[in-house]
Amino acid sequence: MEKIFSRPKSLKKAVFHYCPGCGHSIIHRLCCEVIDELGIQDRTIGVPPPGCSVFAYYYFDVDMVESAHGRGAAVATGIKRALPESIVFTYQGDGDLSAIGTTETIHTANRGENITAIFINNAVYGMTGGQMAPTTMLGMKTTTSPFGREGKYEGYPIKMSEILGQVQGTCYIERVAVNSPANIRKAKKAIKKAFQCQLDGLGYSLVEILSPCPTNWKMSAIQSVKWVDEVMSKEFPLGVIKDTTGKKDVN
Amino acid sequence: MPPVTYRLHAKKTMSAPDALLALLSALKWRLRFTVAKVLMTGNAAIGEAAIRAGCQCYFGYPITPQNELTEYMASNLSRRPGCTFIQAESEIAAINMVYGASVTGVRAMTSSSSPGISLKQEGISYMAACQLPGLIVNMSRGGPGLGSIAAAQSDYHQSTRGGGHGDYRTIVFGPSSVQELADLTHRAFELSDKYSIPAMILGDGMLGQMMEPVEFKHEAPAQLPVRANGLRGAKGRPSRFVRTFTSNPAELEELNWSLFRRYQLLQKNEVSCENYLTDDAQLIVTAFGIAARIAKGAINEARAAGLKVGLFRPITLFPFPQQQLKELAKNTKYFLDFEMNMGQMIDDVKLSLEGAGEVAFYGRPGGVIPTSTEFLRVITRLYYQKGLS
Amino acid sequence: MLIKTVFAGFGGQGVLSMGLNLTQAAMQEGKFVTYLPAYGAEVRGGTANCTVSISDEEISSPVASSPNFVVALNQPSMIRFQNTLQSGGVMFLNSTLISVPPDRGDIEVVSIPANAIAEKLGSIKSANMVILGAFIKKSNLVNLQSLIDGLIVAMKGNQKLIKINNEALSAGFNLV
Repeated sequence: MEKIFSRPKSLKKAVFHYCPGCGHSIIHRLCCEVIDELGIQDRTIGVPPPGCSVFAYYYFDVDMVESAHGRGAAVATGIKRALPESIVFTYQGDGDLSAIGTTETIHTANRGENITAIFINNAVYGMTGGQMAPTTMLGMKTTTSPFGREGKYEGYPIKMSEILGQVQGTCYIERVAVNSPANIRKAKKAIKKAFQCQLDGLGYSLVEILSPCPTNWKMSAIQSVKWVDEVMSKEFPLGVIKDTTGKKDVN
Repeated sequence: MPPVTYRLHAKKTMSAPDALLALLSALKWRLRFTVAKVLMTGNAAIGEAAIRAGCQCYFGYPITPQNELTEYMASNLSRRPGCTFIQAESEIAAINMVYGASVTGVRAMTSSSSPGISLKQEGISYMAACQLPGLIVNMSRGGPGLGSIAAAQSDYHQSTRGGGHGDYRTIVFGPSSVQELADLTHRAFELSDKYSIPAMILGDGMLGQMMEPVEFKHEAPAQLPVRANGLRGAKGRPSRFVRTFTSNPAELEELNWSLFRRYQLLQKNEVSCENYLTDDAQLIVTAFGIAARIAKGAINEARAAGLKVGLFRPITLFPFPQQQLKELAKNTKYFLDFEMNMGQMIDDVKLSLEGAGEVAFYGRPGGVIPTSTEFLRVITRLYYQKGLS
Repeated sequence: MLIKTVFAGFGGQGVLSMGLNLTQAAMQEGKFVTYLPAYGAEVRGGTANCTVSISDEEISSPVASSPNFVVALNQPSMIRFQNTLQSGGVMFLNSTLISVPPDRGDIEVVSIPANAIAEKLGSIKSANMVILGAFIKKSNLVNLQSLIDGLIVAMKGNQKLIKINNEALSAGFNLV
């Protein structure tokens, strides 16, 4: 009988520790499928962050080095510059990439470092227990915005992908989501294209992925995937933000 | 003009064959001096020595008084085949780039001055946790805060006690001349690699800015060194990871023990220090770095006046040459610690002596440069107060 | 013998290059040397100074609390350093810009109208070399030829610059 679905080679045989309904496990799998398809497992070095995905190295079967919170882009820069033939990606959350690591991210992008960033936007700080993130929606209640985020007090959701779209060193930026089979397929194409950009030496590529966090959103898994469509995507519209490759699709 | 008196003193007690040998070695030195030496700032000398030590990556951020080092690397490393120079967006980014480069097994470094070194502490702690070698240069200046840009030694505690969070140390060198900056840069890379512990050179603004003749004892390697345990992709082996976070305290305890055992080995095998005129000394000055140079000037003058004063100068600040200092207390009871701060190394002096001597202190903080004449007065007063002869 | 010299003047007068040229020449002659410039905000637009130590023995402190020589290119520098000069020391003055001499009786003063001479030679910028020429003649610290050799290297073979500086050095050298 033909085997039509199996574990990607780059994904270790381990049980995910993520909550039910969390987007991380889907995104891990997509990245590993792409790494397999591009045949780069033996020269890929991943940079996971502190946060829920701090143990990403238990799942990705590639060399990985953990970075300090927010410093992924700088660490990846060091790796890529020391070892230009490697394929380097950072795996960063919204607190990591768009709060504490904003400086590193913008300047790494501006230098056009030839790396790929997988940017998980779930609008909260997950591992620390659901505090407000820079990407938290207006009106959204978190443990540190208990009255609902209000611009006057807590500021506004930051759109890092749009900001990075203005930066000259970036070659490809797309926002996707993993809340439906159709969106998951699009997400994989985007991830593959981002890695391909790096293989082609085009500069900094980033895929922002809207990812449900039912635990901290205090929703069921089903409610949370709907919320991505009905609320989050309104604030963070899906689609290509920047593409200098001139290629529509890599598949 | 005051004669340089320590030589006169030495000559008095020297036997004829010794004097001949001394003359020959002086001549040999003179020959090397004229042939191979170049006049360089301390900052530039570190850069050249690092390149010759096979440093592949330099990441920095401008801050006075260490900019000549960053600029030297921009000129001499950035276009060197296989090498990387980045002027980073911050000191934090720079140290994390060192971290990333070091993970792959290459030699990498960064440099800064006091306020910038504070920013690097996060990254240094992570490097210590991941057991990553690398070189951090601190051309320190007066503090706290933005402080001044003048030379000071106020970062001794920060440098020798780890500096960042967590129970760790770095290997710390306290050079006192441009030549030593060059020599110790090479040694710092070697020891850092050997023990998988980040190394630090604690200089100061004056050492960085001043020029002295320097001789480079190593040629740049034909091939850049790469550590065998570098993370360079899982080709032909299972994938590996480098991490600092663990949910298992027992594992973290073992890491701490492993680091601690290496600190003990360092203490046993790698300490270095200079004893200057200590053999017959009644009073021994303890000082490191540029302060030791100033102290030497004062000691030379004290010797000319017949005062039996010597100098103990630690060259490795961590590990501190504890045994070597304690040894001196067999013949001397009185110590005078001299620093360009309010008294930091004095802690290590007292810990080493374990009560075996009396320790007085004189220091000038904030970037004020004490003079030899000023320190000579301190020496003289103490010498007679204690009834020494 | 350990000799310490402080060179001081306005930023742009070539104070640091005077010190550096002297240091380089002394090093070429096999002496022990240190060169310590004032740096940072202190030299932005204000007075610049550097300390050169030259010795037959290893030099301990690169700082000069009481230098043997002070070379002052302008009035503020003369005022600032006149009291540090050791008794019996020599102060070299750029008398074109310094009208009031130091009020100390225990030092020797050598006045050189450096700017005026340099202007006559065709380049006011070489005033520092005029005074450096006079300085090495009087102090006997290095040979004129070592200094010229060093200049040729420092000027990277720029014949015009070498000629100007050479003339200025010799003019100063022959003045005292």
